[in-house]
Amino acid sequence: MARKTTQTRKALTTVAAWSIGFLIFFPILWTVLMSFHSEGDAIKGPFAMLASPWTFESYGEVQHRSNYALHFWNSVVISFGSTLAALVIAIPAAWAMAFVPGRRTKDLLMWMLSTKMMPSVGVLIPMYLMFRDFGLLDTRSGLVAVLTLINLPIVVWMLYTYFKEIPGEILEAARMDGASLRSEILHVLTPMAVPGIASTVLLNVILAWNEAFWTLQLTTSDAAPLTQFIASYSSPEGLFYAKLSAASTMAIAPILILGWFSQKQLVRGLTFGAVK
Amino acid sequence: MATKASRTAARAMVSPAVILLLGWMIVPLAMTLYFSFLRYNLLNPTQGGFAGFDNYYYFLTNPAFFQALTNTLTLVLGVLVITVFGGIGLALLLDQPIWGQGVVRVLVIAPFFVMPTVSALVWKNMFMNPVNGMFAHMAKAMGLQPYDFLAHAPLASIIVIVAWQWLPFSTLILLTALQSLDREQQEAAEMDGASVFNRFVYLTVPHLTRAVTVVILIQTIFLLSVFAEILVTTNGGPGTASTNISYLVYAQSLLNYDVGGGSAGGIIAVILANIVAFFVMRMIGKNLDA
Repeated sequence: MARKTTQTRKALTTVAAWSIGFLIFFPILWTVLMSFHSEGDAIKGPFAMLASPWTFESYGEVQHRSNYALHFWNSVVISFGSTLAALVIAIPAAWAMAFVPGRRTKDLLMWMLSTKMMPSVGVLIPMYLMFRDFGLLDTRSGLVAVLTLINLPIVVWMLYTYFKEIPGEILEAARMDGASLRSEILHVLTPMAVPGIASTVLLNVILAWNEAFWTLQLTTSDAAPLTQFIASYSSPEGLFYAKLSAASTMAIAPILILGWFSQKQLVRGLTFGAVK
Repeated sequence: MATKASRTAARAMVSPAVILLLGWMIVPLAMTLYFSFLRYNLLNPTQGGFAGFDNYYYFLTNPAFFQALTNTLTLVLGVLVITVFGGIGLALLLDQPIWGQGVVRVLVIAPFFVMPTVSALVWKNMFMNPVNGMFAHMAKAMGLQPYDFLAHAPLASIIVIVAWQWLPFSTLILLTALQSLDREQQEAAEMDGASVFNRFVYLTVPHLTRAVTVVILIQTIFLLSVFAEILVTTNGGPGTASTNISYLVYAQSLLNYDVGGGSAGGIIAVILANIVAFFVMRMIGKNLDA
């Protein structure tokens, strides 16, 4: 008897959860569906659209009319470039703070975090003027530099929380056996740190890929990543639903898939280790 | 324990990060502060000189500022209410035994990975458009007049869009917190005869409180500077009906080319964010000890 009620209850909760999940996911699903229909069919209304023939033409058109591949490549270069640059700076810092903590380590970490809380508009003008004067507007390298600095605190923090979990005794043992600092890092620490570093990279690529303040302010065409490219569809003449859908689908698909793999790291990274 | 040599090495390893962040924080911020006291318009090079607090005076007494401030707070509060209550409900639901939990989870968190410009445009065109949007089609099917959401309720529409993006975040964090609840403690309470309600009030709620605080604080930081969603949906309009502080500063600086006024606005935005950040830092700092 009791078992039966739990089964019924489970069935009901399942239906409720799936319905809500479907509703939340629906805008994304609809965008994907719309991208496979022609421009004329896309605005006919939901049922008429679904009944109309399926086609890949929007995907071809997006590439044909704009330089989609370039913007996609810009997104890749900017998100991976800024993540790697941040890693190079953050790994030594996080290592030192995790294994050789000093009196001020905690203050330093908190201070790094506080830089993340500065609203971007607070430095919009000087950044814009500096970019203009140094010829960095609409360049990938300029954007990589800014996003590196923006995400550096998160990278340091995430690495720090992961490195903290590596038992210090192992390093002591390696040191006793006469390992140099270099081989300590290369042969002892690195293998144990790789999972944490991978998680950090994953989360950061996602954040950088979707960053939509500096990418919108500092790029226009040549270095424009997908965020800026999609924003160009907001003008009235860009009201082509099927093409917008196709461009959007291609822009979010890679990161959606990466994101699904990073659920756990996401919580940890975005709460700075406060929730694990 | 650490030797003197390793301390020196540690300092050398930390310094690049510190120097870069210090430069990133101080140089542009100092420039903003400096510009905010100047008469400086990119379109009018002849004008110049020290402006005192004039830029601040004009920025703060501009009627758009008061509207932007109210809009900023409405946006933050509106999104927080939806995401916190929605997130608690969803997390409790997803924590129940259900079939295909992993799949539902994947569906629910998906919006968080959609870039802001995409989600704003998808909502604006495919759903809220008064002619071709899904809602307009639904209204017409029911014999109703389609409603132009972004023209008549711009701020509310933006709140819905932003809440859709952030609901996954709160759900995921609250769900993670729920799942780290001590099951043994729960079972012990059940054995001792605690009712479902009492177990919820005395075990689940206190456990969730911390996670809810984290959600509120971190979302507030991000929500204070919502920008892309406003830029691609309404451009802050109609009028200034959906302009928040971030957007106002952008409009003042890069649309009106008023460097002085925009800088004063930027400094005000920094001060506002700092008030919030103060509480966030205390919260995270406490957790660092634990």
